[in-house]
Amino acid sequence: MKTFIPLAFVLVLATGYGLWYQRTRGEFRKKKTVNGPKLTAAIVGTELGARATMVQFSSAFCTPCRATKVLLEDMVKTMTDVRYAHIDAESHLELVRELNILSTPTTLFLNHAGVEVGRAMGTPKRAQVHAALAAIH
Amino acid sequence: MSVSIDARGPRWSAVITTVVLAIALVTSSVWLIAFQAVVFAIGALRGPQFTPYAFIFKNVIKPRLKSTVTFEDVRPPQFAKAIGLVFTLVAIIGSATGAGGVFTVAVGFALAAAFLNAAFNYCLGCQMYLLILRARF
Repeated sequence: MKTFIPLAFVLVLATGYGLWYQRTRGEFRKKKTVNGPKLTAAIVGTELGARATMVQFSSAFCTPCRATKVLLEDMVKTMTDVRYAHIDAESHLELVRELNILSTPTTLFLNHAGVEVGRAMGTPKRAQVHAALAAIH
Repeated sequence: MSVSIDARGPRWSAVITTVVLAIALVTSSVWLIAFQAVVFAIGALRGPQFTPYAFIFKNVIKPRLKSTVTFEDVRPPQFAKAIGLVFTLVAIIGSATGAGGVFTVAVGFALAAAFLNAAFNYCLGCQMYLLILRARF
């Protein structure tokens, strides 16, 4: 029994989802609710930046996590008021749940007080990170 | 430190997997799915660099490629093979018990994942691993 209907169905849906996936990776999304939990140096494992902190969540089965880490670490090197923190999601599941992290890499952008102003899923482009950080005062 | 492999290998394996699963879906061939399950099992248990598809990549496709080699962690594609194995096993059980709908849906999901990886460089581990962890604990 030959039928092409399920094949066509899967390919159309997967293409739609794939296009959305590709377009939204790395995109900075502003937090809609007012205030999330306040993150401290003790929680993220690094001193917070004077203006902003980028907190990246990674996992073992994640190819773009390493590229994201390399990019963000490189970017904060030339910034005096922005810090970078890296957290292994698997060993911080409670925090992952509290912050509603659904996939890796997810990078949270914190303001000077340690409150999340937005996040990016997937590897952002350099320009996207610059734009996100520029919006944090 | 885990093993690194040529990043193009898993991507080309996903292309071959997509073709095999598409044919299996159209022809409702449980034998083709059984073969693909064995390939997934080798990839999940021994590593994605040891599958027949990786052998084809290394000996037939790779010598013809001109793009520069980038290396990636072996664990994300290994995780994806394990997910593929689960879907193909469900399909085989569905077929054996006369549940044709289960076969079609399970093969459909496996095909969607392989296609997303091949066409959009989709990272299954990034999207699913945390969700699985969060569901379990």
